[in-house]
Amino acid sequence: MSNIKLPIYLDYSATTPIDPRVAAKMAECLTIEGNFGNPASRSHSFGWTAEAAVDLARQQVADLVNADHREIVWTSGATESDNLAIKGAAHFYRKKGNHIITLKTEHKAVLDTCRQLEREGFTVTYLDPQENGLLDMEALKAATTDQTILISIMHVNNEIGVIQDIAAIGEFARANRIIFHVDAAQSTGKVEIDLQTLQVDLMSFCAHKTYGPKGVGALYVRRKPRVRLEAQMHGGGHERGMRSGTLATHQIVGMGEAFRIAKEEMATENERIRMMRDRLYNGLKDMEEVYVNGDLEHRIAGNLNISFNFVEGESLIMALRDLAVSSGSACTSASLEPSYVLRALGRNDELAHSSIRFTIGRFTTVEEIDYTVDLVRAAVEKLRGLSPLWDMYKDGVDLNSVEWVAH
Amino acid sequence: MAYSEKVLDHYENPRNVGVIDDDLSVGTGMVGAPACGDVMRLQIKVNSDGIIEDAKFKTYGCGSAIASSSLVTEWVKGKSLDEAAGIKNTHIAEELALPPVKIHCSVLAEDAIAAAIDNYRSKHQ
Repeated sequence: MSNIKLPIYLDYSATTPIDPRVAAKMAECLTIEGNFGNPASRSHSFGWTAEAAVDLARQQVADLVNADHREIVWTSGATESDNLAIKGAAHFYRKKGNHIITLKTEHKAVLDTCRQLEREGFTVTYLDPQENGLLDMEALKAATTDQTILISIMHVNNEIGVIQDIAAIGEFARANRIIFHVDAAQSTGKVEIDLQTLQVDLMSFCAHKTYGPKGVGALYVRRKPRVRLEAQMHGGGHERGMRSGTLATHQIVGMGEAFRIAKEEMATENERIRMMRDRLYNGLKDMEEVYVNGDLEHRIAGNLNISFNFVEGESLIMALRDLAVSSGSACTSASLEPSYVLRALGRNDELAHSSIRFTIGRFTTVEEIDYTVDLVRAAVEKLRGLSPLWDMYKDGVDLNSVEWVAH
Repeated sequence: MAYSEKVLDHYENPRNVGVIDDDLSVGTGMVGAPACGDVMRLQIKVNSDGIIEDAKFKTYGCGSAIASSSLVTEWVKGKSLDEAAGIKNTHIAEELALPPVKIHCSVLAEDAIAAAIDNYRSKHQ
């Protein structure tokens, strides 16, 4: 235990540290001695060298998802990719229809973009997920109309880590000639993605959840059948006119190297991370009134989202100061609302307030997991000792039958 | 979120945690709702001179809610009911240096005192 460095980082779904191999490649693209040129400069070798580095990175990103390098458009991150995909497709295909379908558990980058399109006159259906977090295909089919032009469903949920069946959704969308966008910010390097077989038209990526740098992402835009977008960023016509702006060579090179490593190491890494996640879960699951949020089978290896009933999430996070984790508790968000994702699963407010998300990654160790188990068990026990709700539960009081004075 | 030293102290070493067995000398106030993320139970034991001689709490809530309730158990002890009723949320918020988003915790603690006093008085009407 003595060699554990505190606090322990267990928030890999928020962001990952940059892999040292990635940082080394990025550092080569900054200074006068390095590859600093503007990839769009056509008149000298500085530009050509920078362009070659960007081309290599484009191929590396395409390789991870089995796409063509010409289908990759660089952006500033997954939020921008989501905006470009959803607004870009909606604006281009608005003559065809004005209806968009998405899921209530999507990232805000998708939900808020859809809200904006509603203000512009589009109609959006926000589907409820099933209790396990997965999309109900029948609900999707029922919501589809002849006006539906776009379906946007995330691959892996950021809070609960569940993996949607994008193969089945894609098949349905293609059969109905509807554009299908997937936010894959949380899935690269964690789930196999083969865009030669998946019927996905647009896919958002970012680097910083996959051991690359923040501030860079990409949008996959299918060529066959061709998907058209209206640009959201205008300027020098970079990225085949879909996204203007000077390419950030060092960021792009970092993303490319991060995705290259992901492709190479994904299989072994997933196995190692799954072993640690299971070790964490096995260390906690025998406690009373503990609930896993989201499907445990259709889930990435590194995610454990768990509610400790009768303990409030923020106070638990305080007790777990040696851990960097996140909570669905209202108090940890700016809005004072508990997690909208957990509520969309039908979790009651108490369980949403009591949730902790542990996300395990490349640099997590077994010693850290064992330390975490001990710490969490002690903290939950301490806080339940302080909790009037725990007393009531132990006395057999049904909390739903109590008339609370809401404030 | 950064917590003040006093919030951390009350959170780490909460004062007067527990339950007082109910009888005529005890007033119990429970305020808040699980759905809101805060529930406080405050109990006071009042002696024959009308002075609060003991107080206990249990709280489900964030660190600031736990600290607010821990603090008021210290403050109400030795006070008459009227004096205890004079403790306002602003005093609590000031003592604990609560940030604006945590003011509702101090309001809840004030409500808990009022509820406990009401409960005691309702037994002595």
